[in-house]
Amino acid sequence: MKQGNIKVALVGNPNAGKSTLFNALTGMRQKTGNFPGVTVEKKSGTFRIAAANGHDDAHVTLVDLPGTYSIYPKSKDETVVMDILANPQHPDFPDVVVIVADASNLQRNLLLFTEINDLGIPSVLALNMLDVAESMNLTVNAVQLAMQLNVPVVRINARTGEGMKGLKEAVKQVVERTEKPALQYFYQPKDNEIGLINEVKEIHHLDNDYVALQYVCQHDNFSFLEQPVRARLDALIEKYGFDENNFLANETIARYEKIKPIVSKAVKSEGATEQPYWTRKLDSILLHRVWGYVTFALVLLVVFQAIFAWASYPMDMIDAGTAAAIEWVKGALPAGVLNDLITDGIMAGIGGIIIFIPQIAILFALVAILEESGYMARVMVIMDKLMRRFGLNGRSVVPLISGVACAVPAIMTTRSISSRYERLLTILVTPLMSCSARLPIYAILIAVVVPESKVLGIFNVQGLVLFGLYLLGLLGALGSAWLLSLFIPRKEPSYFMLEMPSYKLPRWGHVGFTMYESVKSFVLEAGKVIMAISIILWVLASYGPGDSMNVAEQQVVTSMHTAPQEEIDAAVASARLESSYAGQFGRFIEPVIRPIGYDWKIGIALLASFAAREVFVGTMATIYSISGDSEDVLTVKQRLIQEKNPETGGLMFTPAVCYSLLIFYVFAMMCMSTIAVVYRETHGWKWPLIQLAYLSTLAYVSAFVVYQVLS
Amino acid sequence: MNLNKERMSARTVSHLKKGEKGIIKSFTDRAMSLKLLEMGCLPGCEVRLDAIAPFGDPICINVGGHYSLSLRLNEAAVIELE
Ligand SMILES: Nc1nc2c(ncn2[C@@H]2O[C@H](COP(=O)(O)OP(=O)(O)OP(=O)(O)O)[C@@H](O)[C@H]2O)c(=O)[nH]1
Ligand SMILES: [Mg+2]
Repeated sequence: MKQGNIKVALVGNPNAGKSTLFNALTGMRQKTGNFPGVTVEKKSGTFRIAAANGHDDAHVTLVDLPGTYSIYPKSKDETVVMDILANPQHPDFPDVVVIVADASNLQRNLLLFTEINDLGIPSVLALNMLDVAESMNLTVNAVQLAMQLNVPVVRINARTGEGMKGLKEAVKQVVERTEKPALQYFYQPKDNEIGLINEVKEIHHLDNDYVALQYVCQHDNFSFLEQPVRARLDALIEKYGFDENNFLANETIARYEKIKPIVSKAVKSEGATEQPYWTRKLDSILLHRVWGYVTFALVLLVVFQAIFAWASYPMDMIDAGTAAAIEWVKGALPAGVLNDLITDGIMAGIGGIIIFIPQIAILFALVAILEESGYMARVMVIMDKLMRRFGLNGRSVVPLISGVACAVPAIMTTRSISSRYERLLTILVTPLMSCSARLPIYAILIAVVVPESKVLGIFNVQGLVLFGLYLLGLLGALGSAWLLSLFIPRKEPSYFMLEMPSYKLPRWGHVGFTMYESVKSFVLEAGKVIMAISIILWVLASYGPGDSMNVAEQQVVTSMHTAPQEEIDAAVASARLESSYAGQFGRFIEPVIRPIGYDWKIGIALLASFAAREVFVGTMATIYSISGDSEDVLTVKQRLIQEKNPETGGLMFTPAVCYSLLIFYVFAMMCMSTIAVVYRETHGWKWPLIQLAYLSTLAYVSAFVVYQVLS
Repeated sequence: MNLNKERMSARTVSHLKKGEKGIIKSFTDRAMSLKLLEMGCLPGCEVRLDAIAPFGDPICINVGGHYSLSLRLNEAAVIELE
């Protein structure tokens, strides 16, 4: 038997429960969701199989793969499956494949099983979703199935973790088998295919007919084949007059002919088979011509109400808490530069971030509930026609909705969109959806500029403005998709064809964990960046080239010697900042941002926020605390409200400036990670640069219009 | 598999009314038929129209009682019924 490390791969139809099983076995937390196409790349983990007395435990490396209906990929994410399974040299090539099958739809799920079987890879069949099958009055006889398919069959429930022991046992038995049972092909090649198969087998030293057929059909997808090898295969196809499409259709039908009698023996049904009762009932409302949109609008309303209204209570508490903490530290440490850096710089910056924990937590929890319940798939259906008008696909809804949390994972989910054109458009416009990092900026500027009043007695005006910004982002995304679609040629046809999963109750533990994870990474990631930027900014703002800062101070003192001491102090602090490295830098870009209403101080924050948007608020805190002379601890909001425009003597943050900033951040692509992920997903700099140029222009022009109209 | 191009007037899944059933006979588009076959829409299989999205497109059909599949009208028009 094989000792040491065993490699196991999870393969199965989309939404069969592979990632849930992966999590149950490895204890990891892969993303799961109740719609097809959640997993878009391979992910590895490990677990152990306890050995019988005296032997070492077996270590297993488990690979979770994207779901596929067959081994012939239809979209980008699905290509990775065959790239591994067709290449025994691949580091992830499995010793055993665990095929996860949705028992409530066994016939279709077995198609993939028969294909993997014919590739000659040892496998174990895991029957999942038996509870769903039961609610459809189906009973599956695993023993019967095992006998007919000639493979170990295990009953599991990936959600509750039932059957894991049996599954591990079955994997172990397959690995420990001393002799490989003779392969029984489910698909027998036709006479006219045999010549071609034999020639490919000989050239590539293969011993399996079906693998040879895969070389013929799929060599363009195989990253392990060199170009000349592919060309030779093309020549063979030509020579034998092989018709790929015809072969594929015949193969699939032939397989189902074999599967049908097996399933009808192993699966017994009481009465007519129907989808689970609640799924039918809910769909009759949620997919209804009229009620479908009404309920979707209600869902969105609840989401916004939750993010803005419900979150405000814990947010107020956190706000008060950080202010008190800063006050305390300020008093406890000796006064000086270090004290200012810690309190006004770092603590204020971090405080500006942790206040958003409640909103981030609620946002991620609600998105998780939408995904886990199965409603996301229905949203794709009711939005498909609308999306198509703009050159997108109903499936684009998933990236757009998860883009409200963060654009980086959202852009990765586009891999399940089969049309490359629609996928590209979706990638290009997803950053327009207002992500959670924009929330701090929106919230602070709204708090400064929008009064805390209600319209019609119920709608909070600040909430409405926030809603408006999100809506603007969505409209910007759709409009941009339409505009870009005019310039990007569409090459292939577009498909929708989406399986509707049965509704499932979200797992609350899972939702809670998603919340916890998102908050943790938000605080840690943002915290790190803010810490670094605060320190760098502090240094750049506290020192200037040569003697410039002292010269500036002297000038102020001499020119203002008659003014009251307080005014002199304020003017000195401001002059020193202006002549510092940061100030000079801000001055340098000021001509560019002046037309949209910003001064050099905002310019510094704008530049700093290129690292990550959430830095904006912290940077403003740092800059205004350095330039301010006030001894009191002020929140960022109070500082912004008090800031005076040195030229007009009036307020700096007028409605025109605030709205211009808001609009700028709705459209601007201020995020290094997004640029990096677009680069990775589109394999080059072309699209991220086009996107950056387009979004920056859009942001600048819109901010310009808003500022000029309002001022 | 019989591909049927000439009889364009044949009844297809896109003609079904809500709740109406039909039996799949053949497909009129190669590329789409491959995907449909893989998803379990086989000749001889019974389908039923379960839901029509707002604006009339896409639709949801029940495939053999086993699961619900959502299709655009132009995709449904590829599936000819007996
Ligand atoms: N009722 C029930 N639900 C299950 C079971 N196993 C998984 N689920 C649910 O099925 C849904 C899909 O699970 P995933 O693990 O994301 O499916 P997947 O196969 O990884 O899907 P893709 O990554 O899209 O291919 C989730 O909502 C799970 O909670 C089960 O045995 N019974
Ligand atoms: Mg998965």
